[in-house]
Amino acid sequence: MSKAFLPLLGFLLLAGLFYIVLLQMDSGAYDPREVPTEFIGREAPSFTLPNLYDLSTTVSTESMRGRVWLLNVWGTWCPECWREHAFLVHLAGQGVPIVGLNWRDTVDEAIAMLTDKGDPFEFIGYDPRSDAVIEWGVYGAPETFLIDADGIVRVLHKGMLTAADWERKFAPFFAADEDAS
Amino acid sequence: MSARILLALVLLLSAFAVQAEDAVVVDTIDTVDTENLYFTSPEREALYRKMVLELRCLVCQNQNIADSNAELAQDLRRRTYDLVSQGKSEQDIVAFMVQRYGDFVMYRPPFKSTTLFLWLGPFLILVLAVAMLLLYVRRRDTQAARAPDIAPADLDQARKLLEKNTS
Repeated sequence: MSKAFLPLLGFLLLAGLFYIVLLQMDSGAYDPREVPTEFIGREAPSFTLPNLYDLSTTVSTESMRGRVWLLNVWGTWCPECWREHAFLVHLAGQGVPIVGLNWRDTVDEAIAMLTDKGDPFEFIGYDPRSDAVIEWGVYGAPETFLIDADGIVRVLHKGMLTAADWERKFAPFFAADEDAS
Repeated sequence: MSARILLALVLLLSAFAVQAEDAVVVDTIDTVDTENLYFTSPEREALYRKMVLELRCLVCQNQNIADSNAELAQDLRRRTYDLVSQGKSEQDIVAFMVQRYGDFVMYRPPFKSTTLFLWLGPFLILVLAVAMLLLYVRRRDTQAARAPDIAPADLDQARKLLEKNTS
């Protein structure tokens, strides 16, 4: 092959590489902004926060000890939280315990959304100043953690939770749970 | 030949120097807004200023939390301030953040196996580039040193033309 084609070959190689990466980003398999999590396999932090429904009382994740449960970080300002909400309500209907962490929201708007779309949460901690959010290493919403009966974080899903994500990442933990009991 | 290579290296290094200078202009300790925060000592304030420059905003990702106005950056600044006020050391604050957000939260992540390429990659590429440059220059020089590839008849003709000109 003539040497004159070398630059063209280099260009095609690079273009091919970029195309593959872009395809991966498009399908959601690769997100360059995603920060690797530090939490899988580690003991989950706990939080005690004001109760969204009554700020003079508090709710605490300590009450979830010994159960397999989800922590869902959400806010009414987050469009993907709106989109996944119906699925959370569906999960709660199946008996999956979900704890809500309401992030950087106003009480009125949060309660209005739950009244309108249903409330899938066992209880909701109100976190307008990112106190618990920073403890859990969260930087975007929605985010869903799965914590096992020993209090260990087993799954962390960033972004909207779909039925496919659920089947792939979360469902196995609940299947095992049922077998044991 | 060596003079040319030297020139190339000097140009290359000066490019790095300009880059480094730019970085300093953007982020100096003095430009940090302390947002009317109260510190018990100048050392505490200096630590706060240092930490907010070193910590990366997880939302904007190419800004430190001093630069960023993202809400999470504001909250991370406040948390940094709280930690500084509690008398925590630089190592404590770094450990706190890394435990939650990983090495990514540090603009200068630690040197370890997973960050090896990040730290050494640029030097590796520099060494490769210089090696390629040397190879290229050397090959060109040996080509030039070889006897010119001109037929004797052409040389004769050229000589005749030159003589005709001067006479």
